[in-house]
Amino acid sequence: MEWLTIARWSPYAAGIGIGILSWLALLLSDKTIGCSTSFSRTSGMIERLFRGDRVLDKPYYRKVAPAVTWDWMLVLGIVIGSFISTRVSGQFQLQWVPATWAATFGPMPLPRLITALIGGILMGVGARWAGGCTSGHGISGTLQLAASSWVATICFFVGGIATAMLIFRVF
Amino acid sequence: MLKTLAHTKIQLAIGLAIGVLFGFLLQKGGVTDYDVITGQLLLADFTVLKVMLSAVVTGTLGVHLLRSLGLVRLHPKPGSLGTSVVGGLIFGVGFAVLGYCPGTVAGAVGQGFLDALFGGVVGTLLGAGLFAAVYPKLRKPILSKGDFGAVTLPELLQVNAWAVVVPAAILLTAVLLWMERAGL
Repeated sequence: MEWLTIARWSPYAAGIGIGILSWLALLLSDKTIGCSTSFSRTSGMIERLFRGDRVLDKPYYRKVAPAVTWDWMLVLGIVIGSFISTRVSGQFQLQWVPATWAATFGPMPLPRLITALIGGILMGVGARWAGGCTSGHGISGTLQLAASSWVATICFFVGGIATAMLIFRVF
Repeated sequence: MLKTLAHTKIQLAIGLAIGVLFGFLLQKGGVTDYDVITGQLLLADFTVLKVMLSAVVTGTLGVHLLRSLGLVRLHPKPGSLGTSVVGGLIFGVGFAVLGYCPGTVAGAVGQGFLDALFGGVVGTLLGAGLFAAVYPKLRKPILSKGDFGAVTLPELLQVNAWAVVVPAAILLTAVLLWMERAGL
């Protein structure tokens, strides 16, 4: 079972596998693979812990229910599946600062954490604003030939590439 | 097709199982890694694009075949200039600053990356909550601007889906082959 325990697969193999998963999701569940909605749901569930049921009256949460759903389980599954993959290949390691970041900005965790937090906030806003992320639009939407997804995905990468270049080439 | 598998608990289990496989494949593919994602956005490492395009080619051919067989239906998302372009660009900025996307940040957590957990996941949850809060104010002035609905490219071009699927699959495969040839 060496193919399960090696550290890296060909990106084509991983991609083909993900494409096949998209067939299965539609076939078995009439659902498409997407990840950002679950973050809205979890955020709503957490907010509900603090502010009670009136959170459910918010227009956005009437549209996107703060509940454990198929897509929510999918994102939970991603954490588990990645963990399994990392463990069987002996790659699991707690790490605060990625190498590429450290090479430019140094090894201290706090600057990286603050940056990651800001990036996360922007990404959370952007994903929900666009109605999907690189999974929901970038893979599921584009394979369905949805115009919204092609537009959004191009914008993801235009924005992402420009910003990365700014961060690493200019600063 | 298998909507007879409608029982909620079974469906939740299927969602979980597909997620586990997805997380496994993302990790094996290398895309749960900040260095790989940032490498892509700096156009130095094309792993992310290779994974995504392979998934899209495989996905579009299989899904449209299943659809022609009457076994699945499509769920295209609605869009507008105000949502797809503006939201897409904001996402892009966050994507580069964080160095993970919502799916890969979850995978990165599974891999032990603590910046993904304490920075990325927390931030994304905050951002999602922030959007939910301002959503009613954004709806009319921005989100609905340039609305084009849940249209697909074949519908826009008024052709049979395969008239777009086949050329798209060929084009994307050609891009992958070219990238390999170019040593990217």
